[in-house]
Amino acid sequence: MSSDRQLFDYLLCLGDSALVLSQRLGEWVGHGPVLEEDIALTNVGLDLLGQARLWYAYAGEVEARFASAGRGEDALAFLRDSGEFRNLLLVERPNGNYADTMARQFYFDHWHRLLLARLVQSRDARIAEIAAKSLKEVAYHVERSTDWVIRLGDGTDESHAKMQAAIDELWMYTGEMFDAVETEIALADEKIGCDVRALAEPWQKTVADVLAEATLVIPMGTWMQGAKGRGGKQGLHSEELGRMLATMQTLQRSYPGAQW
Amino acid sequence: MVAAATSLATAWIETVWKALAAVTDPEIPVISVVELGIVRSVEWRADELIVTVTPTYSGCPATELIAADIDRALAATGIAKYRIETKLAPAWTTDWIDPAARDRLARFGITPPGVRSSDPLRAIDVSAISRRRTAEPVACPRCASRHTRELSRFGSTPCKAQYRCEDCLEPFDYFKPH
Repeated sequence: MSSDRQLFDYLLCLGDSALVLSQRLGEWVGHGPVLEEDIALTNVGLDLLGQARLWYAYAGEVEARFASAGRGEDALAFLRDSGEFRNLLLVERPNGNYADTMARQFYFDHWHRLLLARLVQSRDARIAEIAAKSLKEVAYHVERSTDWVIRLGDGTDESHAKMQAAIDELWMYTGEMFDAVETEIALADEKIGCDVRALAEPWQKTVADVLAEATLVIPMGTWMQGAKGRGGKQGLHSEELGRMLATMQTLQRSYPGAQW
Repeated sequence: MVAAATSLATAWIETVWKALAAVTDPEIPVISVVELGIVRSVEWRADELIVTVTPTYSGCPATELIAADIDRALAATGIAKYRIETKLAPAWTTDWIDPAARDRLARFGITPPGVRSSDPLRAIDVSAISRRRTAEPVACPRCASRHTRELSRFGSTPCKAQYRCEDCLEPFDYFKPH
């Protein structure tokens, strides 16, 4: 029987990956290559932010069942240090160039879609309804990032080279997405969560199809960052997350309880 | 006595629906929150009137503004006790948009949502994405030409995509089927 503590951790994993990627996309505001892309990136970021809020709201309620009080969404987002974040390492990678940002989004979106499609069946009604809501939004994200990987991959010599470099560079962060931790297995056994190991095969198949269409070579490296229980889901992050949180949290840290 | 109380309760529900029909979307002022399909129910729970709303997109910045507008409209009816509740399931879909409002959207310059092809679980059609093909051509709201092109999957709000008409050359918003 899984505990409320495990469910809380699981909800943080879901919320943190959405929030951190949302913040990264927000960093593009005013820097997008064209106005339409600037707007699109922030819209994807907004979807993810909305989803993070839903996961955090539920996490706070679950936390109240085992702790003296449950934290609200602001406390969870702005008052935790990097070691308490449970997001995937992939989403905290810096934006880099446009190919880097799109490769990161592409890897994440396809995983996210497969995950949510399974969580729709969760025996936990709240998880199921948040997943169903999010899945509809993620369906657009998937199409958009896939489109960009193909356009840049099958584009000019320069865009092809940059997209291939991005696909190669980020590959080592994808292993963690399919590395199930104890909490995930316990919740998956009870049909509350999803066993991410089952997502690896369909993910690899779609990614291979898209990369082939994009005239890109699928990376073959097998060494994965953060695998074997030493990654983002355990709170072990790259220094990049700390820098990102410093920017994101500075207002609430400097002026606790600030409202506007 | 009981019958009178019941008809009064029913009358309040009608009053509230009417008040809500006057609350428009802050970004699309030609459509009301009722026509948009986000007001799911108005019902009594004991002596409190519960208005249940559902968000369009989970991160839509208009959500809080809409809730505030609904709250103001409810307060203005003079009803003693009411509460706005949010409900996620079933998830909002553009299929709930009132047919009458769809024509108004088009006159406002926004092509109304087409048929929802989105079974979110359907297999990814890589070649369709690659050829940027949508399930059906999107018509220009000005000249009705179907010779149009997607500029960006996201427009001025999360619910819209940006298109351009290849005949009249005007850009326009398309309310995405969701």
